[in-house]
Amino acid sequence: MTDLTRLTLTEARDGLKTKSFSATELTKAHIAAVEKGRALNAYVLETPDHALKQAAASDEKLAKGEARPLEGLPLGIKDLFATEGVRTTACSKILGNFVPPYESTVSSQLWRDGAVMLGKLNNDEFAMGSSNETSAFGNVVNPWRRKGSNVSAGQGGGVEGNHLVPGGSSGGSASAVAAGLCLAATATDTGGSIRQPAAFTGTVGIKPTYGRCSRWGIVAFASSLDQAGPIGKTVRDCAAMLRSMAGHDPKDTTSVDAPVPDYEQAVGRSVKGMKIGIPKEYRLEGLNPEIDALWQKGIDWLKAAGAEIVEISLPHTKYALPAYYIVAPAEASSNLARYDGVRYGLREQGKDIVEMYEKTRAAGFGAEVKRRIMIGTYVLSAGYYDAYYLRAQKVRTLIKRDFETVYAAGIDAVLTPATPSAAFGIGEKGSADPVEMYLNDVFTVTVNMAGLPGIAVPAGLDAQGLPLGLQLIGRPFDEETLFSLGEVIEQAAGRFPVTEKWWG
Amino acid sequence: MSVDLATVKRVAHLARIAVPEADLPKLQGEINAILGFVEQLGEVNVDGVEPMTSVMPMAMKQREDVVNDGEIADEIIANAPASEDDYFMVPKVIE
Repeated sequence: MTDLTRLTLTEARDGLKTKSFSATELTKAHIAAVEKGRALNAYVLETPDHALKQAAASDEKLAKGEARPLEGLPLGIKDLFATEGVRTTACSKILGNFVPPYESTVSSQLWRDGAVMLGKLNNDEFAMGSSNETSAFGNVVNPWRRKGSNVSAGQGGGVEGNHLVPGGSSGGSASAVAAGLCLAATATDTGGSIRQPAAFTGTVGIKPTYGRCSRWGIVAFASSLDQAGPIGKTVRDCAAMLRSMAGHDPKDTTSVDAPVPDYEQAVGRSVKGMKIGIPKEYRLEGLNPEIDALWQKGIDWLKAAGAEIVEISLPHTKYALPAYYIVAPAEASSNLARYDGVRYGLREQGKDIVEMYEKTRAAGFGAEVKRRIMIGTYVLSAGYYDAYYLRAQKVRTLIKRDFETVYAAGIDAVLTPATPSAAFGIGEKGSADPVEMYLNDVFTVTVNMAGLPGIAVPAGLDAQGLPLGLQLIGRPFDEETLFSLGEVIEQAAGRFPVTEKWWG
Repeated sequence: MSVDLATVKRVAHLARIAVPEADLPKLQGEINAILGFVEQLGEVNVDGVEPMTSVMPMAMKQREDVVNDGEIADEIIANAPASEDDYFMVPKVIE
């Protein structure tokens, strides 16, 4: 029998329908892959019994011809999504052994549509990071290796050698999808946390428009920027996933009450006559020539498919990242005030309640989270609010206006690189200066600041043999155009599966 | 703008995070690196620009003002580090 973990989500869906294999067989194959893939540290909690129960229920549905849209398809869930009765930690010590008595809206919609949960996936603590090096559960390993690298499966169950990061914050999601440890995964994106790890692992990731997916039951980082989305093996897989994940939820006032299209219909649709903007401000000084060449390839592919390429200007681009590093920490400092050791999670004893708070938060939060809470506290504090926070929110208005102007002029989507480089090595960035790490999100963060949808699609390999991605940015609520354009890139560039399962 | 050690200490207390004295200088350096990075926002002309309050324009939704949830005290305290009779327990606050 073929290796079922090498199938795409939609191929597996078709295989279940034609009864080439059962949901139980498909799930067992993935449970085995998860066990063999432990060295990658993509999962922080495996739920094989839960998965097999769901798979058995799916097999009954399939036998009766009552298959739902994601019937019997095994997925991984980022540990930021609350899962009823299943430990959810945001990969922070401060949530300890938190077991939610409720299910996030997005994950509940996946179960409504018949999907199977294999377990919870690693991420940067509270989704704060670009390399999955801030998780309380340790680093995630990228299944990709540099040519001639010394990375291999170690004796002690881990890996040996200096491995590459999978990107972050959805590093577990990206690594698991790329390594075949699930068919697709949920992820979240506040500044690039879906698109950057997708680009680092040769997978596809889409951050939908702000408001497309309910944020209810997802651990909050920066509420005006956070959005859930899928990471998958193909553009079509992401379209199938997003259809189930998206939709109005009365429990989230920022979720939009608009019908959810059948996104798969947009995959393969002609892009002839579409106007694609190429923003000159993304041609950063000192941009890696390989990234520049990849971008040009993307332009050529879209042109060949009949799209019209237009040079555009998004003049406030360079201010997106600094504005983000005010807005996001400010919202985080407010959101994370809830972790006080009283109602759930970790508690450290203190001589009075203030000391209890301070000790609990000191012990529970990691270094990056503390840093951001403190920045946020500072920029919101009396006397500094206007100079920092208010100014950043005004700059944000200008960033959004840049996009509104080009869309009003008839641009359908914007094409940019997804990241300034391929995946880097563990410990290589940000140890001396946190800003070095932040620069990873330079191409993705504008999209969050403007609330727009963005998709990252793998488009080639660099000289070290590592995947690189392109990003397409769309109009609000026009994810369909991104799926159509993304498919053109995928067809032209081909797919980039990890060929050798060296880890187990 | 940059912060001095006393400010770092004050912010840590405002954020309710205990920071050992020895760790303050490192934190100060990191915070100043970030503040240095965001300083470039000062170049932007924001005269007459409204600060963003909602990234997607939409009317705030309202629901009927009725009780639609509750009677789940067990679930609410299930994850509490310390509880008694459906109350969260904390160190003594009032002398």
